[in-house]
Amino acid sequence: MHLALARKLAASPRCKEPLPSQSSETTAHVAGFGLKVEGSQPFEHPRLVILGEILMLWISKQRSVFITEELQKTPLYQRHVENGGKMVPFAGYELPVQYEVGVIAEHRAVREGVGLFDVSHMGEVTFKGPDALNNIQRLLCNNYATLADGRVRYSPMLNENGGVIDDVLVYRKAQDDYMMVVNACNRHKDVAHIFINRFGAADIADISDGVCQLALQGPKAERMMRTITNQLPQKYYSFLDHVALDGIDCLISRTGYTGEDGFELYVKSEDGEKLFDLLYRHGKNFNLQLCGLGCRDTLRLEAAMPLYGHEMDDTVTPFETGLERFVKMDKDDFIGRRALLEAGKPKRARIGLKITGRGIAREHCPVIAGGREIGITTSGTHCPTVGAVAMALADVACQELGKPVQVIIRDKPVDAKIVPLPFYQKK
Amino acid sequence: MEIKQGLLYTKSHEWVEFLDDTTALVGLSDYAQHELGDLVFANLPEVGDEITAGKMFADVESVKAVSDVYAPVTGTVAAVNKVLLDEPEKINESAYGAWFAKVENISGRAELMDADAYQKYCGTL
Repeated sequence: MHLALARKLAASPRCKEPLPSQSSETTAHVAGFGLKVEGSQPFEHPRLVILGEILMLWISKQRSVFITEELQKTPLYQRHVENGGKMVPFAGYELPVQYEVGVIAEHRAVREGVGLFDVSHMGEVTFKGPDALNNIQRLLCNNYATLADGRVRYSPMLNENGGVIDDVLVYRKAQDDYMMVVNACNRHKDVAHIFINRFGAADIADISDGVCQLALQGPKAERMMRTITNQLPQKYYSFLDHVALDGIDCLISRTGYTGEDGFELYVKSEDGEKLFDLLYRHGKNFNLQLCGLGCRDTLRLEAAMPLYGHEMDDTVTPFETGLERFVKMDKDDFIGRRALLEAGKPKRARIGLKITGRGIAREHCPVIAGGREIGITTSGTHCPTVGAVAMALADVACQELGKPVQVIIRDKPVDAKIVPLPFYQKK
Repeated sequence: MEIKQGLLYTKSHEWVEFLDDTTALVGLSDYAQHELGDLVFANLPEVGDEITAGKMFADVESVKAVSDVYAPVTGTVAAVNKVLLDEPEKINESAYGAWFAKVENISGRAELMDADAYQKYCGTL
C-alpha cells in the first residue's frame, strides 16, 4: 500500500491551481506589501499600478523557482495540533484534513449537530470609497447595486473570455465599504486581476493575513451561538459587524459551505485563538466536533456547491457549470459579459451522478453514454449521507435525469445514472 | 496502534498469518488503516486468482484516496472475505480480523518482518 501516495491525494484535492500550493510566507509578504494600497497615494500613476501588478503576478507565478516553498500556518495551527488534527498542505497552508474521529464522524456531526472549521486560509479584500461599488460591479457578474447593508452576495468573477477566475462572496458594510472573500488558492491571482482593473476613487486592500475565519456549521449552530450572544444575523446571507463576543470584535455572517445552517466568524488574527477557545468551551454542551478539510469537501459535494479548480476554472463559463442565476446580463457592463454574449448557448452543463455499480468515481473520470464520451467528472467521492456520487461537466444534449451512463474508473466502466442536484438538501 | 504478535508484515503494511507452510490469510495492518482513515470501499481479488508477492492484488478507498494493496505472498486465492465488500469499515474497526484473502499453494514471499521488526520499522516512518 502506498501511504505516501495516499497522503499526497489526501492533501491535494481541493484547489488545483498550481500557484497556491506553493505559496510561502515570504511571497505573501512581498505580494501583500506591493498590493496594499490604502488611500490612493502609493501607486498614483495608473500605468505604474498596472506595471506593478503585472510584476506581482509574474513574481507569484515564478516564486516556486526562486523562493523556497514554506507553508503558512493559520492563527489556529497550535490548536489543531493540540487536538490531534492530521495536518496536510493545502493552498499554501498547513491545515487539518481530519481529526482523530475521522471524516465520516466529522461529516455526521455537521449534518446532525455542530462542527467547527478553521477557514482562515480564505482571503479577504476590502473595497472602500466612492467608486468601491463601481469597481465591484465591473469585476463581478452578479448585481451588487441592489445589495443592502448587512447582506452578502455570491458571484463568479470572470476573465475577458467569460471563464471563471474565482467565485467570491461580497459583504456590503455600507454604500462605500465592502469586503470580498476569495479562495485561498486564487488569492494572488485575484488580487492582481482586481488591481489591474481598478479605477476611480477606490481604496482596495488585501487584508487576508490579518484575518482569522472560523465556520460553525450544523443544525445546532444557532443554539450554541445563543449561549454566547443574542446578536446573531437572522437571515441566510446576512451579517452583523462588530459584535463583541466575550470582548472579541467579531463579524458574524450566516453563511457556509456545508449545506447546513451556520455561521462564519471573522476576527483579527491575534484574536483567533481566543475565539476558538470561547467556541470550544461553549461547544462542550453541544458535542461540538472539530472538523477538517476532508469533511468540508464531502459536505459541499453533497450540497452540490461548486469548488474552484473542479467544477469551474479559467476555461469554464458560469453558464456551463450551473451558475447562470448569479450572472446578471442586464446590469451594467462587467468583465466577461461580451464573451458570454458572443458564446451563445452553452454546450455543456453540470450534472449529478449516482454511482450504482461498484466503485468510487473521483475527478477526471470520463462519462460514457451510448458508446460515446459525453463528459468528465469534476468531483467525486463516497459521501457519508448519500454514498458514491460525482459531479460532471457534460454535453447538454445528453442530460435527461435517470439516464443510465457509465463512468470509467481506473480504466474500468462502472454503472451510474444522472440524478438531480443537489444530492443532499437540509430538511 | 496495534501490532499483533505472531503475524508477519511487509514494508507496504500488509500482514500475513500462516496457517501452515503453504496457506495464509492476508490483510492490511492497523498502522495502514489508521493512516488511511475511514475506508469506504474495498476491491478484492476473486477465488482462483493467482497473486504474486510484491504485486498489487486489491485496493481500498478512503473518502479521499485510493490505495493499492500488495500481495505479501505468491499463491492462489482460495477464499475472499466478502464481508469487506459491503462493510469496508471492518478494516478500520479490526485490522487483524478483517482478512482480505486466504491464499493457498504459496510458492514465494515478499520481504517479511516479524512483529518486533515491523514495530521498529513503523517507528522510523
